[in-house]
Order: sequence, then structure tokens, then C-alpha cells
Amino acid sequence: MGAKVVTVTSGKGGVGKTTTTANIGVALARMGKKVVLIDADIGLRNLDIVMGLENRIVYDMVDVIEGRCQLRQAMIKHKQFPDLFLIPAAQTRDKTAVSPTDMIQTADKLRPEFDFIVIDSPAGIERGFRNAIAPADEVLIVTNPEVSAVRDADRIIGLLEANNKGPGRLILNRVKPEMIKKGEMMSAEDVTDILAIKLIGIVPEDEGVIPSSNSGTPITLNENSRAGQAFRNIARRLNGEDVPFMQLTESGGFLQRITRLFSGGQSE
Amino acid sequence: MSGFFERLLGRSPSKGSGSTAKERLQFILVHDRINLPPERLQAMKAEILEVISKYVSVDREDVDIFLEQRDRDSLIKAEIPFSGITDQDEARKRLNQPSAAGDDTLDDG
Ligand SMILES: Nc1ncnc2c1ncn2[C@@H]1O[C@H](COP(=O)(O)OP(=O)(O)OP(=O)(O)O)[C@@H](O)[C@H]1O
Ligand SMILES: [Mg+2]
Repeated sequence: MGAKVVTVTSGKGGVGKTTTTANIGVALARMGKKVVLIDADIGLRNLDIVMGLENRIVYDMVDVIEGRCQLRQAMIKHKQFPDLFLIPAAQTRDKTAVSPTDMIQTADKLRPEFDFIVIDSPAGIERGFRNAIAPADEVLIVTNPEVSAVRDADRIIGLLEANNKGPGRLILNRVKPEMIKKGEMMSAEDVTDILAIKLIGIVPEDEGVIPSSNSGTPITLNENSRAGQAFRNIARRLNGEDVPFMQLTESGGFLQRITRLFSGGQSE
Repeated sequence: MSGFFERLLGRSPSKGSGSTAKERLQFILVHDRINLPPERLQAMKAEILEVISKYVSVDREDVDIFLEQRDRDSLIKAEIPFSGITDQDEARKRLNQPSAAGDDTLDDG
């Protein structure tokens, strides 16, 4: 069968890619899946910290590619989940140390042994982004309900389509329902209307996210956290389950509304 | 020509900044996706109208040229009513004199 390769990317930085990768990884592992996470953010490694695995790093992705170690040796096993692994990014190398072909070859070696390979992409549209999407079977685009983040997400979706990796599915992170209620924040429906892609998850803003990164235990391990629940739902949807969205109401087509907007109501 | 921009701006329901965000994004992305900034789009519309006016008489009041989104694809639509001149001489004159007379909004060649 072989693993499904899922890349988490965004366009704009700081919207929650690493948080999402870590949480989806843990949530899938909790479901009994064999999972390997790859940090593709060379020079700015982060995923090891969020996962609480930074002290166990001996080798990294660049060591594998440059032949200083076997792939197995660079895979760090999670303390709690023996079927969850992390391949860390190199901290000191420049981005050109890894190529898209390297990523495809690495993923292909891992595929037979795993159910999911989840890749944490760096922000932007440079080499690191191209590396991260090269082996992807599915791309998840993380954004926040803010104008600049959604604009950058649109750019990324366009690039994914141009690279035959699109359209991908959207994760709307840091949603504040009380602001949406007041009309001061775009809703998930607003954002999917604009971007015209499918949603795979809505993650609320959650004060527990920072403490969970502080301690290196992804929030999805906290049963009571709403963000944790959202990440567990995303993992189940990735696994092909049909999980209803928390209070997301669909109404009126995107096409109809935007047609009205740009035609001043004169469209047929 | 009733303005695309005016219409867009005039339509804001002004509920909260959330709907403002959505409207701004819709406007920004229309141009991002076709890589054509607003002034260039206006120039293109003017030129389209100019070309059509070379061949037929156009009722400029009711012209509507607009961009539309279909999922993630963009397309341009134009509704350009003819002003019903049937005079053959008039038509011939048009063919020889590309610039439509009596129009002050379009004067580039
Ligand atoms: N749902 C959330 N609620 C609260 N804080 C969050 C949430 N998601 C992410 N954050 C916080 O936002 C910050 C950025 O998150 P993260 O590092 O995951 O983003 P990123 O997209 O990986 O950033 P970069 O582009 O730098 O790699 C972190 O401080 C994280 O704790
Ligand atoms: Mg990151």
C-alpha cells in the first residue's frame, strides 16, 4: 500500500504550520498509524522543539542526503508513540543542501514502512517550499482569518496548481468565534468562499498552544482542548473519515455571490 | 460606463471589519490571479470599448465590462449594447475613422 505523503504549507510565515504538523502527527499516531514527520525548514528547525525531541537529535536530513548516516539513524522515535518518528532539519546548513529530488527519493524509501509521512514546509515560495511539496500526495494550506495571510494562501494555491499539486485542502487556524460573532473576523465560510478550495479543518485560537510548545507536548494530547479536538478531527479526515465540522454553516454558492459582486447584480 | 470600482466600493454592507476584509480580499485576488493591476484593467476595458466602437455604435451609458470568478479561474465578461444606428453611411464613416466621436472618457489611440 504505502504511505500517503502530506505536506503542510502556508505562504505567510507564523500561521501555524509547525504546530499543525506536530499535532496531526501525534493525532495520527494515537489512531494507531505509523507516522514519520519531516522538518523541511532547513536552517530554522522547529518541529523537534514543538515535539519535545530536540535533545535526542544526532543526525539530520542533510546528513542523510550527504551520506553521513543511514536514513534510519536520522529518525527519532517519539517517547510515547513507538510508531511516530521525526526526521529533523539541519540547523546550520543552507537551503540548497536539499533538492526536490532528494525529498522525493527520501519519501519513496519511507513509503513502504509507514501510513503517513507529514512534511512541515518553511514559509515562502523558495527552495524549501519546493522541496516540501515535491513528494506530496496531498497538500494542506494553513492560513489565519486575516487579509494578508489569506492573500498569501491564494498565491500558494495558485503555485500548487501550476505544479500539479493542487488544489489542496485548507486549515483555518487561530479562529476566534467570538470575534466572528461580532463581525470583526472572517468566518471559515468567508475564507473558503474567497479561496475556492475545500476545508479540512478549523482550529480555534487556544491559549493552551503556547504552554504545549513550551513543554514539547502537542496540544492534541490534551483531551479538553478545543484546538486539540480540531487537530484530531483533521487527522481523522486525512485518514478518509467523514467528520462533521464544528458549527460551520454552508449557505449560498461562492460562484453566485462573487458573480453578483463583480457584475453589480447583472449576471445571468 | 458604470464603474466597476465605484460599484465595488459602493456595495459594502459595512457591518464589521470582517466583511470589509472579505471584500478587500476579493478585490485584491481578482487582480493577483490574473496578474493585472486595477489601472491596467481599466485601460484594457477602455481599449476593448474603443475597438468595438470602431465597428458599431455603442451605447456607452450601459456598457458593462467585468471580471468574474469561476471557482479559481477568472474570466472577463462584457455587456455592450449597440445604440441602434442603421445608417449605412454612418457605418462606413466609422470604418474609416476609428476614433468614436463624442466621447470624452476614451481618447487614447
Ligand atoms: N491555534 C492556535 N492558538 C494559539 N496560538 C497558536 C495557534 N496556532 C499556532 N499558534 C502560535 O503561533 C505561533 C506560530 O506557530 P507555528 O510556529 O506553528 O507557525 P509556522 O507557520 O510553523 O511558522 P514559520 O512560518 O515560522 O515556520 C506559535 O507561537 C504558536 O504557538
Ligand atoms: Mg514552522
